[in-house]
Amino acid sequence: MSMNSQGRPTTPFAGSSKDAGKTVQSDTFSGNKGLDLEEALIFELPDNLDKTGVDLPEPPDIASRLGGLERQDVPGLPGLSEPEAMRHYVRLSRKNYAIDMGVYPLGSCTMKHNPRLNEQVARLAGFADIHPLQPQSSVQGALGLMQILADYLLELTGMAGVALSPRAGAHGELCGMLAIKSAHDAVGSTRSVVLVPESAHGTNPATAAFMGYKVKTLPAREDGTVSAAAVREALNDDIAAIMLTNPNTCGLFEPEIVAIAEAVHEAGAYFYCDGANFNAIVGKVRPGDLGIDAMHINLHKTFSTPHGGGGPGAGPVVLSQALARYAPLPYVKREGDLLQLVEELDAAVSDGNAPLGRLTAFHGQMGMFVRALTYMLSHGSNGMRQASEDAVLNANYVRVGLRDALSQPFGDKPCMHEVLFDDTFLKGTNVSTLDFAKAMIDEGYHPMTMYFPLVVHGAMLIEPTESESKATLDQFISTLQALAHAAKSGDLERFHTAPVHAPRRRLDETAAARRPRLTWQPPALDEAAE
Amino acid sequence: MAQDYFTKDHEYVRVDKDIAVVGVTTHAQEQLGDVVFVELPEVGRTVAAGEAAAVVESVKAASEVYAPLSGEVLEVNGALEGNPAMVNEDAEGAAWFFKLKIADVGELEKLMVRADYDAFVAENS
Amino acid sequence: MRYLPLSPADRKAMLACIGVAGIDDLFADIPAAQRLVDLVDLPAAKSEFEVAREMSLLAGRSTSAGSVPFFVGCGVYRHHVPATVDHLIQRSEFLTAYTPYQPEISQGTLQVLFEFQTQVARLAGMEIANASMYDGSTSAAEAVLMANRITKRSRAVISGNLHPHYRNVIQTLAHHSASHAMVLPPQPAGEEAISDTIDGETSCVVVQFPDFYGRIQDLRPIADAAHAAGALFIVVVTEIVALGLLKSPGEMGADIVAAEGQSIGNGLNFGGPHVGLLAAQQKHVRNMPGRICGETIDAEGRRGFVLTLSTREQHIRREKATSNICTNSGLCALAFTAHLALLGQTGLKKLARLNHANAVALADELACIDGVEVLNTSFFNEFTLRLAGQNARDVVETLASRGILCGVPVSRLEPQRPELDDLVVVAATETNTAADRQSYVAALKEALQ
Repeated sequence: MSMNSQGRPTTPFAGSSKDAGKTVQSDTFSGNKGLDLEEALIFELPDNLDKTGVDLPEPPDIASRLGGLERQDVPGLPGLSEPEAMRHYVRLSRKNYAIDMGVYPLGSCTMKHNPRLNEQVARLAGFADIHPLQPQSSVQGALGLMQILADYLLELTGMAGVALSPRAGAHGELCGMLAIKSAHDAVGSTRSVVLVPESAHGTNPATAAFMGYKVKTLPAREDGTVSAAAVREALNDDIAAIMLTNPNTCGLFEPEIVAIAEAVHEAGAYFYCDGANFNAIVGKVRPGDLGIDAMHINLHKTFSTPHGGGGPGAGPVVLSQALARYAPLPYVKREGDLLQLVEELDAAVSDGNAPLGRLTAFHGQMGMFVRALTYMLSHGSNGMRQASEDAVLNANYVRVGLRDALSQPFGDKPCMHEVLFDDTFLKGTNVSTLDFAKAMIDEGYHPMTMYFPLVVHGAMLIEPTESESKATLDQFISTLQALAHAAKSGDLERFHTAPVHAPRRRLDETAAARRPRLTWQPPALDEAAE
Repeated sequence: MAQDYFTKDHEYVRVDKDIAVVGVTTHAQEQLGDVVFVELPEVGRTVAAGEAAAVVESVKAASEVYAPLSGEVLEVNGALEGNPAMVNEDAEGAAWFFKLKIADVGELEKLMVRADYDAFVAENS
Repeated sequence: MRYLPLSPADRKAMLACIGVAGIDDLFADIPAAQRLVDLVDLPAAKSEFEVAREMSLLAGRSTSAGSVPFFVGCGVYRHHVPATVDHLIQRSEFLTAYTPYQPEISQGTLQVLFEFQTQVARLAGMEIANASMYDGSTSAAEAVLMANRITKRSRAVISGNLHPHYRNVIQTLAHHSASHAMVLPPQPAGEEAISDTIDGETSCVVVQFPDFYGRIQDLRPIADAAHAAGALFIVVVTEIVALGLLKSPGEMGADIVAAEGQSIGNGLNFGGPHVGLLAAQQKHVRNMPGRICGETIDAEGRRGFVLTLSTREQHIRREKATSNICTNSGLCALAFTAHLALLGQTGLKKLARLNHANAVALADELACIDGVEVLNTSFFNEFTLRLAGQNARDVVETLASRGILCGVPVSRLEPQRPELDDLVVVAATETNTAADRQSYVAALKEALQ
């Protein structure tokens, strides 16, 4: 059996003190606790199947032309009046933590401030109320925006080409790797292996494997980085590419990256860079100057488009000269005074390109393009560099503030935009990384990224971003110091019962997975299924 | 009289003549945590030693269960699919995964006996 | 800079605390030869009003749908989105939260996803749905990969009347992943002989409902043929409002439904972001890609929700994951759920009837023009015109120059098929007025003279 255990309890009771699982009687009649309001599912509210909260004119009576396929069943979709709907979803919203509320130090996820100017601009009719298939002559402004964004990304990365259409980081990763595969295919190369360091995001091996590549794991050095010597050793004429995250998932800039790129190219392979952490180095160094062939950019990380509770993201890919011609359809080009969207293979071929295909309907996440460009214009070249510097400064400030209280897997040395701790400081305390994270919730903080990267035991990856003030960080640091002290002095209750000051206590993930309930069922049906 | 053997991948093999009962060890289920899902091979499938034959999952981990020996799958423990928690409760008893008709008894030589496995676990934990 | 809280004094104090002389000491691992000394060659920071002005000018250079008679569809539809919906998706707690990996402080997003999954499953007539995909096209492509995994076969049969972009996405992934997509030629008017192409190697059959040309056909015979061969039946829906009035794909035998949910809650956005829907039967759940939300209890026995079955996903399975996908379209899913909760089945049905009535009226009015033929005998809110002897692309451009966005020339999506050059796909929704239709008819008459 292959083991992939991350050692974290997934029932609320595991490893907890004896009364952690005790049902606490709610001390109010309603079940609400002041501002902490309980809210049923829309399906549980009574008598709403005939109700609607949208006023529509009465449709004329016509002979329908639906081919005799009218729906006869009752789908079971309740309707709410406008005040009911508003209250329902506003109440739900209050059960969420958010960047706008407090520190959200999820390493690798880059929870920075989301400027509201971006939201306002994205809602301008000339961006939001235009159709991807209306004549190109009527969307010159939108194509112009795509062109400007592409130019900005090329300038910031020093690369030759850009594919805007990927809809998320992982989608962009697929795009970049497909460009690499297309370049190999074009010269008849059938290389079958991709090198991935063990600290990589899970998407890297998943993407390579999807394309039929075998994944060969590269070990990290004791300091958490990849050595050029190890890469050289692993390279041979069956290696198609290396996928490296830089700065890496331990928060470190790969110091031998240029030598790695040279070795990779010498061996006839390509260098894919996972750009999830590009926010650390914008304006400080250009990936193109480091020898990278393809890199996706998470607009929702580096360029402040909102995470939205899990998407939508956007993952444009920048490509080197060697790969630019394989960019997928469509792309924007200038034709005299007009901008043109090249959507057809033939037209692309006559441009000298060899597109890898099409990765999505239409042209990509326009709404995210608008927000990202608005951010770039606001910050400008000086502001973007300052943002990277502040992100790195804040992470190092947290590192220094916590280095004595917590423990670092690779020793104490400067990090980039995120700082990695492990659970060595919790050894013998009977407090786990998970317990520590849940105790942070009670303190009013969103936990850091936990148990990632996988190579570090009990990993805690903290990314404060440039959006936090010094005063906020001081408070964050002293809270974590106090928690570490509490753990070491045996205050187990605080950790094993945490969180207690949240809309829910720990949730039973084991029960959820053993008997998946993925949609709401009326109680009678639900019991019958038991 | 059945004889128990073990693999470095934490499977156990209970051998009685040419029939092998395969499951994951008590140590393995402890490492996995609460098991939430088990996927079993098709009856009649021929597997080679070392080939992935089943899957066992906890909430945060997914692991392949490899066939410790070559042979044909004679029977699977369907009860596990409805009640994966059995793996945590009785890994080396009621929660066996599948039975193999052993193709080559010579392969048993590559496996560990209990004392060796216990030492192997102690050394690696 | 308004987004950066640190003052120069803060920075100085923090550098001193860290124990370095200057910020560049923290970037020392970047090779000196590559480190940028100067700023990149882009404009400097701007005030909020300067940026707003610049972006407004750019936005003003496109013709927005709301400013003209507008009849463009083909996978993206202009519907009215209630003001409440846009307010809700701008709530800080929804807008600026991450994926709900810490369920105790993410119950808002999680309960929305659970409601979303239930709504999508019911609309599609399926047992379960996931927490959304990037968009309809990637959802369709993932459905094919899912069917390949379930059937352990690798040959998908794709209807020629599937949205050409969706087809291209499926073909791109098939081409690069050693599977095969067999695409039938488009049949805007005739019948497709899909059932004849299904055999024992077929993993799935993919059909759009209503199809790209707007036609509605009973899918049951195709479902039966697919099932008889041991293949799965995938139904793609690009106009989800249609399911307010039409039989659900589940009722007609679908095993997987892949849809675009943009029409409910989401604007045109020039093609993105949108929201992909993916629904299936419960038995296939472990082969489903993407995030899934499930119900459970907390330590006090109270109901709560978590992301579940995550062992399918890349962050655990890595190279054995069902997909490399690691995001959904959360905020667009919220917009979908809130809009559909406002509509309810009653409002949805009425909305669908309005759409159908407007499309019927437009089709009848256009059919009276000499040289215009409506190809469809059945349709929901979209149909195909044949402009005999005309290049439809030119006609569409002509009307655009007169301020009418009248539809999509099929040749834009099917450039390799000159026999389709005279076709235009036309959509009408509740947002079109009688005056819009009259302007369209008058302009088209004039253009064809």
